[in-house]
Order: sequence, then structure tokens, then C-alpha cells
Amino acid sequence: MNLNLWLIPVLPLLGAAINGLFGRHFSKRVVAAVGLVFVAAAFLWSVIAALRFAGLPSDQTPYTEVLAAWIQAGDFRVDFGFMLDQLSLVMSLVVTGVGFLIHIYSVGYMWEEGGFYRFFSYMNLFMFFMLTLVLANNYLLMFVGWEGVGLASYLLIGFFFLRDSAASAGKKAFIVNRIGDFGFLIALFLLIKHFGSLNYAEVFTAAARLPVEAAPGVLTAIAILMMVGAAGKSAQVPLYVWLPDAMEGPTPVSALIHAATMVTAGVYMVCRSNPIFSRSPEALLVVAVVGCFTAFFAATIGMAQTDIKRVLAYSTVSQLGYMFLAAGVAAYSAAIFHLMTHAFFKALLFLAAGSVIHGLGGEQDMRNMGGLKKYMPVTFWTMTAATFAIAGFFPLSGFFSKDEILWQAYSSPHGHWLLWLLGVLTALMTSFYMFRLWFLTFFGEYRGAETAGHAHAPGHPVSDEKASAAPLDADTAEILVPAEFEKLVLHEVKSRHGTIAYSEKSGESLLLRATFPKGAMMYLERGVKHLSDGKGTATLRFAEASHPPKAVSAPQAHHAPHESPWVMLAPLVLLAIGSVAAGWVGWPKAIWGSNHFEHFLAPAFQQVEQAAEAHPESASTEIAFMLVSVAAAAMGLFFAWLLYYKRRDLPEKVAAHLGGLYDAVRNKYYVDEGYQALFVWPLIEGSRQLLWRAIDVGMIDKTVNEAADGARALSGEVRTMQSGNIRSYAGWVAAGAALALLYMLWRGVR
Amino acid sequence: MVPVHYYLVLSAILFSCGVVGFLIKRNIITIFMCIELMLNGVNLAFVAFAYEWHQLSGHVFVFFVMVVAAAEAAVGLAIIITVFRTRETLNVDRVNLLKL
Repeated sequence: MNLNLWLIPVLPLLGAAINGLFGRHFSKRVVAAVGLVFVAAAFLWSVIAALRFAGLPSDQTPYTEVLAAWIQAGDFRVDFGFMLDQLSLVMSLVVTGVGFLIHIYSVGYMWEEGGFYRFFSYMNLFMFFMLTLVLANNYLLMFVGWEGVGLASYLLIGFFFLRDSAASAGKKAFIVNRIGDFGFLIALFLLIKHFGSLNYAEVFTAAARLPVEAAPGVLTAIAILMMVGAAGKSAQVPLYVWLPDAMEGPTPVSALIHAATMVTAGVYMVCRSNPIFSRSPEALLVVAVVGCFTAFFAATIGMAQTDIKRVLAYSTVSQLGYMFLAAGVAAYSAAIFHLMTHAFFKALLFLAAGSVIHGLGGEQDMRNMGGLKKYMPVTFWTMTAATFAIAGFFPLSGFFSKDEILWQAYSSPHGHWLLWLLGVLTALMTSFYMFRLWFLTFFGEYRGAETAGHAHAPGHPVSDEKASAAPLDADTAEILVPAEFEKLVLHEVKSRHGTIAYSEKSGESLLLRATFPKGAMMYLERGVKHLSDGKGTATLRFAEASHPPKAVSAPQAHHAPHESPWVMLAPLVLLAIGSVAAGWVGWPKAIWGSNHFEHFLAPAFQQVEQAAEAHPESASTEIAFMLVSVAAAAMGLFFAWLLYYKRRDLPEKVAAHLGGLYDAVRNKYYVDEGYQALFVWPLIEGSRQLLWRAIDVGMIDKTVNEAADGARALSGEVRTMQSGNIRSYAGWVAAGAALALLYMLWRGVR
Repeated sequence: MVPVHYYLVLSAILFSCGVVGFLIKRNIITIFMCIELMLNGVNLAFVAFAYEWHQLSGHVFVFFVMVVAAAEAAVGLAIIITVFRTRETLNVDRVNLLKL
């Protein structure tokens, strides 16, 4: 039976191509339709493939299809080949399913933004690469997807590229990922060297013949290098720094790429490579320790953030740490289980946060929120489901997956009680920071209005004194244009519903202060559109930045916060159902379930079961562990309730009491500053002082310049010979002749 | 019988006189005569060797040189007259229009 797996990634690619090439000329409705239809088709085809896959006889699984040979060099061969097994099936369903919902949401969220078609083109491109990554049947094709999602991530983080912080966040993500990719690439080279192939089936069959490494050997080296790559893509310590900054991208991007799918690529890769990892206890230990430490570390940072998206970003890092913890104790199915449930509730959290941000007109600071429960009930209830799910309350999805991980961290042959303890502490913190966000956002009084006093509502002119006294609001732009463009500028600004508050013509230039809707930005670009009076050319472009910079509080705060449109809410509701119910497929045996999920995934990890000894399980111990983790979640809820609902004065006192420690956490342990001082600054200064000033200017340029100067000086000297004086010419000729004569005499004498 | 090197020394002296005159004189006509002097110095060397080695080629070369000298005198004097007409000078240092 032919499943035509190649269709799944190629469909979104078509969507990306159509929107990317022609989307400029489409209306927004057509762009949205194209963007949605191809992703929906990919999802449908994944479901069809899943149904057909279930009907395959067991000797045909995992199902592979090879489209064409890609690289053939001697014995080495790489194909354009796809593979479907239980693992890639789960992944592709999660990616296309959650991805489709986020696409729907994006239609509502991005409707007002500039570059609508560009956004959908990038999103579809991302889907293409992610599905390639997941469905590939060899490491090289996976690497293509791996790099491709990095590219899509870069494009989408920097989507509002006019904002400097967004552009540099995109670069940061790309560069930090390069470091990880370097490790992954070396791992691939080692694979080629030792196994002569990059095909999963061949590599794993060869690896299966090797014993578990008693001392670190080649498998450990490969596994640890792969972990370096995974740490980059999945934002683990020490390469996690890009993910919080990636929140500069539009919120649906944060939900799709930086929470639900792309960042799980590292987890997928580790689980996919389980035959290699399972044969190297040291590598597993590294994975477990990195995961556990990341989970704990990021959770502490998450407790002190005030930007709603950053809390979720650190939460993502922390949850990914859980997944690596699970993979590191060889509980791969638990890792994938958490990956799946996390995809639901974290996507939901981000989208709900996006709905809040949308409803408040771009406000992201939780200190300016509060009391939104009555303004946006649907967002509130869906977010509540997600919050309880991530905190790990029974019987929501997060409970099952997190509990499975914690239980495995303790009971697996690779586990340790310390890993479990840190995991439970992390669960406590997770619950605390999530409920902190929940209480700050939805309960109490709305705090946006008080800070909105000095923000000017769009459409109202800014008075001169005020504008000069205070920094300009984000929706008020001040531009200086050549006076010849006056007519055009005035016309364009007015036609965009902007208001010109102030314009002054002085000499050749025109100073203009105008107010635009929703933080619009404008810039002039010469040479595109002709002016009617024919004096010069100029094009005025309005690039709409979605959110005003954070320093400005709630420019639209004069509006009451409003609920988002249904095109955004429907995905929230569907994801909420997933967040509640997704965990039930893995109902543990200890509480009279059957853990279908683990059984389903078992074939993908079959070699693991043989490598690891069956661990002794006791239902009562497991139940005790579950009670402990639910208790941890409840404690987190209690503390958050106490600090952020009951006694609103307490947080400041606690913060003051903690002093330096609180500051360190609030400033993310100064990790970014540390990296800046340790790596970035030496690189920049080294490049500037040594490579640029010393080597480039001092040696290379100097050589060239000195040579040129020397030639010029010499020719300056020689030029004096050509004086125009005929007798001096004759003198030179005579001197030359005399020299020739002397030479001949000398030769003759010899 | 005068030895051949007497002729050669005389030839060298004539040639050197021509060179020195060419270098130090400013009058174009004098320079022109110096050129003739150099040519004739060379001619003397040619005939001296032709006589010494009993070879005809030396004589032939002398005739060639004399023909060239005659042609040069014709063209050269014409140029000199034109220069004098346009520039009203025979000072070679002032005939320097080709200099940049």
C-alpha cells in the first residue's frame, strides 16, 4: 500500500509558494484561504495516513517510501525518503493538527497587521520544514528540515523587522542555533564514518549490534554531540537564551514554533536516536542532568517575569527540560507523551495570552492587566483549563504526562531520586508561576486604566508642549521629509486615517508629527512612485508594527478590554478540549488505566526495552508519587493565591526580603549579560581590534597601500626624467649608450 | 701606412664632439651640425674598417649613411625654417610644446 507520505510536507510548501510569490496581489481573504487550505489538507492527509498505517501488517512497519536517490558516492547513499512509524505519526499529527488551529487563530490575530501574505507564507514554509524533519527516513533529510525550521523561525521572529529588537532577536535565535547545529553536524559526520550511512534503519540496525558502552566510546560521542544540537533547537541550558527573546515575534508564531512544535524537534531527535542513546549511559546521564537542570533553572526565572509572554517562554524552556529529563532516563515514550500534551496546553496558553494582548491593544505587561475575567470570559475559561493542565492537576493532560516523567525519573534504571526531587520542585514552581500569571491577568481590578492616563488615544492630536515634554507615543511618529514631497505625504497620511498634529516647513524640509492607528511606522523610500508635480520621486510606506514598544503603556487603553473575535476563540476552545483530554490516552496502570500511549509507541522504542532491565513497579508507590506531585501543584496554587490574590502587598515584601537573589532571578541570573561579556564582547572586540584594525587595516590594507604608494613615489621620481627638454633627453640617451658600451667592453674583456 | 686605430681614435673624437655639442648647444642649427658630425664620425670608422678588412660592406654602409644624412638635412632644415617662422626662435629649450 502506498501512503504517499511526501504529500504531507509538500502541501504546505505549495501554500507557502503561492502566498509567497503571488500573495502580494491577493486580498486578505484569499491569502488566508490559501494558507489554511494547504495546512488543513496536510492534516487530513496525516489522518488518512494514520488510518492506513493502522491497517498495515506488522512486518510492513515502520513504513518507508523512497522517492529518489539524493546523494550517491561510492557506498554512501542518501535518499529523498520518508518514514512513518508510531513516533513520526504522533509528531506529524501534533504538528499539523495544532499547527492548523494556530493558522486559524492567526487569521484573526494578524488581520490588522502589515505583511499578511508574508506571514502566512512563512508559516506554511515552517510547516513544510517541520514535517520534513519529522517524516524523513534519514538524518540528512532531517537536517534539512532542522535547518529549515531554523530559517522559518528566524523569518518569523524578525517578522516586525522594522523594530530593532525583533530583528536582533531573530539573529540571536539563528546564531545560537548555529552553535547547536555544529554539534549535530559533527554527530552526522561521525555516523557516516562509523556506520557508513545516515539512514535510520541502517544506523540503528548497526548500533543494535553494539553492546551498551561501559566506558564512553563512539556512541557516547555521537549521542552527546546530538544532544548539543538538541540543546540548541530545544532551548536547553546553556543554549536556551534565544527562546525568551524569540517572543519578539507575533504571538501565533510563539505558540506554533517556540512552544508547540519546532522546539520539540530536539526531543524528537533524541527519541528517534534512542538506539544510540540507550547504548551510552553517560550520554543519557548528560541528557537527564541538562533537562532536569534546565527545567528547574527556567522555572525559577519564570517566577519573576512580568511580561506575560516571557513567563510562558521560560515555562516552555522548563517544560522542554522535563521532556529531556524523561528522554535522559530512557523513558522516551513519556517524553513524547509530554511533548504531545504540552503542544496542546502550551499552544493554548500562548494563544490565550495573545488574545489578552490583542484585547488590550498590545499590552504585554501583567502589572497593567487584571480583572480581565469579566471582559474576556472565553479566553479566561480556556486559559484556566490550560493553566490547570500545565500545573498538573488531575485529571487534566499535564498531570498524566508530567507524572509519568516524574515516576520514570525515580523508577527507571537510569533514574535517581535527586532528579525526581528537582522535578517535583519544578512542578511546584510551574504551578506557582502559572497561577501567578492567571491571578495577575484575570483577577482583581483592571490596572490598565491608571497607567493609560498619559497615553494618547489615536485620532487625537498631540499638543505641542506635551509632545516635547514627554517622549512621543508609539502611535505618534515624527518624520522629517524633503519639502518637495509635502503634498504626497499629507495626502498619504490622511488617507491612512492618520491625523497630522503638527507640521512645519523650514527651508527644504518638512517636519511632520502625525498620529497613526495602532503603532504604525512610516519611512520614505526614494525612487519608486512619481509625484504628480514631477519634481522628484518618493514613496511613502506605512509599515504597521503590531505592538507598540513595551515602554509605552496601552495606547488604546481608553477602550475597555474586549474579547477577541470567534476566529481566534474557536481554536482556543478546541485546544482547551485537547488540553483536558489529551492525557487520557496515557492513563497509567497504577490508577486502573491501561496506558495505551506507551503501548502504541513501544514499537518505535523496541530496542530500548531490550536494553533496559524491566524495572520493578509497585502500584501503591506510584500512587503515592502522584499524590506528592498533585500536592506540589496545589501548593503552587495556594502560594500564588496568597501572594497575588489574597495579600497583594506580600510580593513586594518577599522581594525586598530576598534582596539580591530576587534581583538575580528577575534579571534572568544575568546569563545574557554573562554571555555578552564572555563570548559576544570578546568576539566583537577581537574582530574589531585584531582582525579589523590589526590584520585587515594594519597588514592587508597596508601592504596594498604601501605598494601603491611606493609605485607612485618611484614614478614621481622617474617622471622628472621626462622634462620636455630635448637636450636632457639626448643626455639620457647618451648616458644609456655609454652604459651599454661599458657593459659590452666589460663583457668583451671577460 | 697609417694604422687603423688612428682612424678609430679620430672617429671617436669626432663622435664625442658631436655628442657634447648636441648636449650643450641650444641653437637648433648647431645641434643639426653636431648630428652631421656624429654621422661622419661613424662613417670614418666604417671606411677605416672596410679598408682594413678589404670588405665592400663598409663602403656600402657609408653610402647609405650619406643618403640618409642628405635626406635628413633636407627635411631637418625645412622643419627648422618652419619652427623659426612660427616661434621666431631657434632656441631648442623654448620648443617644448609637447611637454605636458
